[in-house]
Amino acid sequence: MTEPPTFDYRLPSLGADMDEGRVLEWRVSPGDTVHRGDIMAVVETEKSDIDIEIWHDGVVESFLVDIGERIDVGTPIVRLRAVGDAPEPTATAGPTPAAGSITPESITSETSPPAGGVTPARAATRGAPAISAPAGADRVPASPLARRVAAERGIDLATVTGTGPGGAVVRADLDRAEHVRPDAGAGRADVAPAAQRSRSVASMRSAIAERMSRSNREIPHYHLARDVDLGRLTGWLEQRNADRPITERLLPVACYVRAVALAAARHRELNGFWVDDHFEPADEVNVAMVISLRRGGLVAPHIASADQRTLEEIMSAITELVGAARTGTLRSSWMTGSTLTLTNLGDTGADLVHGVISPPEVALVGVGRTRPRPWVVGDLVSVRPIATVTLAADHRATDGAIGSRFLAAVADELEQLTNLEASA
Amino acid sequence: MTTDPSAVVPMVLSAIAEVAPELEPELADLDHDIDFWLELQLDSMDHLSIMTRLSEQTGREIPERDYPRLTTINALATYLSTSDAH
Repeated sequence: MTEPPTFDYRLPSLGADMDEGRVLEWRVSPGDTVHRGDIMAVVETEKSDIDIEIWHDGVVESFLVDIGERIDVGTPIVRLRAVGDAPEPTATAGPTPAAGSITPESITSETSPPAGGVTPARAATRGAPAISAPAGADRVPASPLARRVAAERGIDLATVTGTGPGGAVVRADLDRAEHVRPDAGAGRADVAPAAQRSRSVASMRSAIAERMSRSNREIPHYHLARDVDLGRLTGWLEQRNADRPITERLLPVACYVRAVALAAARHRELNGFWVDDHFEPADEVNVAMVISLRRGGLVAPHIASADQRTLEEIMSAITELVGAARTGTLRSSWMTGSTLTLTNLGDTGADLVHGVISPPEVALVGVGRTRPRPWVVGDLVSVRPIATVTLAADHRATDGAIGSRFLAAVADELEQLTNLEASA
Repeated sequence: MTTDPSAVVPMVLSAIAEVAPELEPELADLDHDIDFWLELQLDSMDHLSIMTRLSEQTGREIPERDYPRLTTINALATYLSTSDAH
């Protein structure tokens, strides 16, 4: 058997607004065997320090960049040697079932990393190389999932060697290639000195400014709102939490995440991506949660397959994400692959939000402060805890009718609790 | 069993500082008799994290029904320095 090939791990884009970073710290050493999901390094981005995970198994050969060196997205940072032909998918069986889990369509079906997928394929131009596309194809053959992931990570499919049927690019090829195009961003701000764990507020503002400007420039938003009676939910939570230790208590936000995920699973038109002038529905429902940082700015890590998780699982995922966001220990897999976003204003926040969508997503759900309001039940007016749920949606992808049905589904989950309580 | 509430105040403050390190400079001047959750703009996740820490450190359950009266540093310290009612 010949020696297994090496492959380079490239700096991934951890959100559409990131185009460079710095390695702050290595978490592995040359010679270490790493498994999919292991943390390789801590990388400083404009928004936050992020723990970078490896996508597949291997043995660390060498580091290709220096600590503190400013590097573009897509730059090879670590060289690894593949391990055998069938790396074990150990990461999926890891002890943290919560937020970090990587989506199930793993790389295990096509495991031997072909040199072509990881060598500098940059020279290849769209549709040109015989190796990656059948003659005559003006569109690179690729699975819908691969197309979506490529858009999310900013990978040009023409630069990826496909190993699927007819040379089609499949998800695994992207994981191997990790070939990321720097986002065509506008203004850039200097990032803070490398050793500094906290980002300057100015550079985060710049990153948010770029992304939100792009959203407002490119996305024709429409906005809908609906008042939801949370009386039943509040009562149920109170009762449920009363006889549970503090670590097992649920916050309303876990219910919001699950309600939105269940509604998105039924209204797939709002769960996915606008890429190349059309909508690509996502296979999973990965709900990003907007978390504001006290020093200013925000991050939006996601809870993967939130529709498949119980309230308890979602709660522990949220706890983990918020803790990680505020201590600068977010993992890279939480930062890519979200399919829609939830922003929860909290009980000291505003009543409602007209959100700005995070591209390439097509929907953002907002939940405002819960406050006592007069509410008509039957022929009587009573005072109920009311929250206003809003939807900002991309009019290119859907119309208001679909958005209304989606909001009705969210309201239904929060008012009837039928599916909310059920185990996933 | 009752201990001196003032002995518990530092524990409460350090729980806040652990959950919200950015707020540490403000804690020195914090009025111990005002609603610090509002004053420091702590959210429900912060609330849960701080209460969890305090519960773990004192071994005392803090039922949700007690939350409404635990809004000031002094109220929390007094509460935590008093053992569970039997």
